[in-house]
Amino acid sequence: MAIFLTKDSKVLIQGMTGAEGTRHTARMLAAGTDVVAGVTPGKGGQSADFGQRWVPVFGTVAEAMAETGADVSVVFVPPKFARGAVEEAIDAGIQLCVVITEGVPVHDTLRFWARAQASGRTRIIGPNCPGLISPGQSSAGIIPADITSAGRIGLVSKSGTLTYQLMYELRDIGFSTAVGIGGDPVIGTTHIDALQAFQDDPGTDAIVMIGEIGGDAEERAAAYIEQHVTKPVVAYVAGFTAPEGKTMGHAGAIVSGSAGTAQAKKEALEKVGVRVGKTPSETARLMRDTIRTR
Amino acid sequence: MDLYEYQAKELFARHGITVPPGQVAATPQEARAIAAEMRAPVVIKAQVKTGGRGKAGGVRLAPGPSAAEDEARRILGMDIKGHTAHRVLVEKATGGFEEYYAAYLVDRANRTLLAMVSSEGGMDIEEVAATKPEALARIPIDATIGVDLETARLLAARAGLPEDVLDAVAATLVRLWEVLVEEDAVLVEVNPLACTSDGTVLALDGKITLDGNAAFRHDHAALADGSDDGGLEARARAKHLNYVKLAGQVGVIGNGAGLVMSTLDVVAYAGERFDGVRPANFLDIGGGASAQVMADGLEIILSDPDVRAVLVNVFGGITACDAVANGIVKALEVLGEARCPIVVRLDGNNAEAGRKILSDAAHPMVRVVTTMDGAAELVAELAAA
Ligand SMILES: Nc1ncnc2c1ncn2[C@@H]1O[C@H](COP(=O)(O)OP(=O)(O)OP(=O)(O)O)[C@@H](O)[C@H]1O
Ligand SMILES: [Mg+2]
Repeated sequence: MAIFLTKDSKVLIQGMTGAEGTRHTARMLAAGTDVVAGVTPGKGGQSADFGQRWVPVFGTVAEAMAETGADVSVVFVPPKFARGAVEEAIDAGIQLCVVITEGVPVHDTLRFWARAQASGRTRIIGPNCPGLISPGQSSAGIIPADITSAGRIGLVSKSGTLTYQLMYELRDIGFSTAVGIGGDPVIGTTHIDALQAFQDDPGTDAIVMIGEIGGDAEERAAAYIEQHVTKPVVAYVAGFTAPEGKTMGHAGAIVSGSAGTAQAKKEALEKVGVRVGKTPSETARLMRDTIRTR
Repeated sequence: MDLYEYQAKELFARHGITVPPGQVAATPQEARAIAAEMRAPVVIKAQVKTGGRGKAGGVRLAPGPSAAEDEARRILGMDIKGHTAHRVLVEKATGGFEEYYAAYLVDRANRTLLAMVSSEGGMDIEEVAATKPEALARIPIDATIGVDLETARLLAARAGLPEDVLDAVAATLVRLWEVLVEEDAVLVEVNPLACTSDGTVLALDGKITLDGNAAFRHDHAALADGSDDGGLEARARAKHLNYVKLAGQVGVIGNGAGLVMSTLDVVAYAGERFDGVRPANFLDIGGGASAQVMADGLEIILSDPDVRAVLVNVFGGITACDAVANGIVKALEVLGEARCPIVVRLDGNNAEAGRKILSDAAHPMVRVVTTMDGAAELVAELAAA
């Protein structure tokens, strides 16, 4: 089993015919993803050759869904057009919309998020995220498939490369699903959403949660874990050395005044019994211990 | 990007919000000339991107031109919480007013916009929230709906503003909403929002934080701060590098914001055993990490005189380690001599091949290490030596 994305997911790619879209569609196909359609306004009716498979291109998400039964969309369109693309997918009734695009204005995210909420149907992951992968089943986004294997750990992270790092360190144990929720200040799916899904997923035994400075998502996740998560959680938080008031790469990674520090997040997590690694490799070790002693 | 008060007020004025007449001065003489032209008492205000200027003595009333010159002389060069006042705003002093508070901001936790209005202006809003919560209205605003006159009036009424100013304040709150949305701000704050006895509503102070991601649809470049950090950050920006200067001795390059933040932490832990050396910078060269970007990054870091050793920490995901290693070799060719040791940690896809490429190149200043913790240990030791 897995969360949000399984081998049965039918994936369409918005912006598939662009350079990034093409490159990553090929990688997703190689990872076993059932990529059923591309969507590029004005290019409907064409087909794109991916060697092992021809993927039909549609002019709209609605058409692509009607023709192929797609239920997941991965968005690679540039920031300028991201809101339009995501709103189109929401309006077409997509179940999961994974927004890879980096640099989406926060007002645009707020609007498509509000629209997704109102739809009562669409789950948004991202923006500014690497997407998610259920190894051996399907990949929606840009997470490399060949650094890990299928297994029973669930992972949720704000950071792409730290996700890869942990997936790689724990590749022998393997993952049910790894979800990169993105480093923007406003994101669709949160740590809490993923924790809840992993808790409910019979294919997940333990959870790695990776956070970083900025906001209070980790503190709220800690409160959620205390109340609702019975599976073991091991965490890592990046950014102890980050100075106040400086944005560290991710738009959301900023310590404002005394709020959003790594220390506060670590303490909140430890208070509810989550073991927090000092480094990524220590975090991997803690997960090994946890699994061994279960 | 945070704006200075005078820049915020320019944007306010553009959207029809009343602000006192004023001009920026960089010298006491300029301040005097502006005050003389104003023919009225003025307020001299330090332009720094931090709060608490009034308390620090950075906001002073000057009855006339010579007082304006004196106050400007006192304030220019003043340090307020680590920010130097290079300029002052010379602004006509408003007389006889009540002080209120108004702000809109992005509420990260609830993924919505938040309006905050208070009848208690002029003081720290966190203090109001703590000591007099009934005087602070906090209402979430749906981004797809926004703030119209009716909502604005409700906000002002909930905050306990007097009945007779509600309409005028509501009109200003709607314009302030337009500033937030049309300028792509993540924060707009007016404290105090003044209501004078003749019924005028004006912004006596202003804070705006703009969303850098929205720069493509605005003409905000002129608002950017030219002066900073002695040049490294500006140079990095010119090369489109994601760089932040820090106070330590170990230069750090990595791919991915999270991994780089983590690398800084791991270097700092290792440094505890080696003279307390710390990371000298944050530099994320992203997933693609071409040879040119690597060369640009190394060049910036090696030109930082504080740097005594460099750690390149790359996880090969999409771009496999052999490609990254070739990039590093080429980058070092472009760069020529490296003036201090460079520790490289490569892990992930094709890690073995990548490490072999680096050891075959046998660059005298490059040391290859397998693990992140081991690399941090070695680079800290080298930087402390
Ligand atoms: N143009 C003006 N005319 C009259 N009084 C003013 C004017 N500008 C500011 N003041 C008074 O000075 C006080 C402090 O000014 P201001 O709010 O701009 O600075 P501050 O709040 O101390 O700074 P910061 O925003 O950095 O905390 C105001 O509350 C107001 O009473
Ligand atoms: Mg103020």
